Amino acid sequence: MRMNRRGFLRQTGAVAAAGVLPVSMVRLAFGQEGQDFTFAYISDSHIQHIRGNEFVRNWDQGLKRAVAEANLLEPKPDFVVFGGDLAQLGTKAELDHGAEMLSALRYPLYAVMGEHDYYLDLGEYWSELFGDHYYSFDHKGVHFVVLNSVLTYDEWTYHRWETPERRMLEMAGLDNPNGSPFMVGERQREWLRRDLARIPRTTPIVVLSHSPLQKIYKGWNFWTEDAEEVQAILAPFEKVTVLYGHVHQIQYNQIGSISFHSVMATAWPWPYPETYAHSGAYVPVMTVPMNRADPFNERDATGWQFIDVHTGRVAAHYTLYDNKNRTVAYNAATGRPEDTEYQNPARRIPPQAHY
Amino acid sequence: MRKFLIAALTALAGSTALADEFTEADLERWAAQFESVAQEGRNLWTSPELGTNGVACAQCHPNAANTHPETYPKFQKQLGRVAQMWEMINWCIRNPLEGEDLAPGDPRMTALLAYIAKERRGVPLEPGKH
Repeated sequence: MRMNRRGFLRQTGAVAAAGVLPVSMVRLAFGQEGQDFTFAYISDSHIQHIRGNEFVRNWDQGLKRAVAEANLLEPKPDFVVFGGDLAQLGTKAELDHGAEMLSALRYPLYAVMGEHDYYLDLGEYWSELFGDHYYSFDHKGVHFVVLNSVLTYDEWTYHRWETPERRMLEMAGLDNPNGSPFMVGERQREWLRRDLARIPRTTPIVVLSHSPLQKIYKGWNFWTEDAEEVQAILAPFEKVTVLYGHVHQIQYNQIGSISFHSVMATAWPWPYPETYAHSGAYVPVMTVPMNRADPFNERDATGWQFIDVHTGRVAAHYTLYDNKNRTVAYNAATGRPEDTEYQNPARRIPPQAHY
Repeated sequence: MRKFLIAALTALAGSTALADEFTEADLERWAAQFESVAQEGRNLWTSPELGTNGVACAQCHPNAANTHPETYPKFQKQLGRVAQMWEMINWCIRNPLEGEDLAPGDPRMTALLAYIAKERRGVPLEPGKH
């Protein structure tokens, strides 16, 4: 995309003046004075190379806007998470171009691996740019775990496809029956067990993964094959939140002590699984869906979020372009995440009806 | 009386059915024709060849979901009139795919419509629904 610097400043300036930020922010709060904090979450930008120095303008715009708006957040987030699928086909050109746009962020960045970043060279170039495929860190009393949850069976990864390019293309098609279900895998689960062994059970845990760590719809890989095993490792902790990308839509759920929140894509929205007449799949029943996308508004049903961490629980604030912003926050009374405005069925609006 | 009427109608039907007789083999052949065109539609749906920027229909519409063929023709507020499905397909080819319109009767358009309808089979018609 070829917006010059002045145009860019004019656009972001207008956004600031209006005071409306299309960001998904997450606040984590856990009761210690001065310890509540926020971070921004940008995900699924799918930067797509055409040829030479040309990239798909539409997807570039989504990421540039999210970066610009995250930089304008007040109060400032402590860091930014990029939730995976920076690239469309995992090429150096796409990852470089995406990393260049992300480099405009004025905060530390933690990156999560997506399948579109991984299956060309198995994450090798991504690692040069962003570091380890899985890792953990501590921030103001919260233990963060980043997983590479887009692995799959070895036979599929190493033996089925004649070239890495073919492997990437087969995994890139969401509805491709030649794809393979995502998983965390035994080696990484063992690492997770060891990583969590030293953490007190009362410490809030936030897991950042690309795939859902729950089973929603296998046909589109809204799925993690070893979700139950991963959940079992997390279950002993009192406050656990899983934040995931991949699904390009609002979802949330509660399984035992584990809260699940999806984040928006900056690139394009996806339909909910039940709108495919032959999927037989549904999103978690407590989810109030995002508005049905209007294709005539290019950025509709995309966005980013900032996250509030309060008393170790997450409130995800969805910044939605061309739409009213949404907040999904843990409700201590009901023990699950809830939309702060639309959870009551009587409050739902016609654009939330998907079919 | 009713018995006589049924007998008479049966005789009449028997005498006119010859002109439109078809066999199981015909049914299979026609179904196979449809399947092959729908498969061609699926191939186009997942390939970048309809546009110029590498974007494919399936990127936003896995299994042609969120296309709602059962609601067309319907009013499109952005076009300001009632539109048919092929017009929206062309809108998508022009915009997200940065390509050029297909003629309504282009075999590729027929293939796309066949694929979309096949993925939506079994859903009742609801023309005009937003």
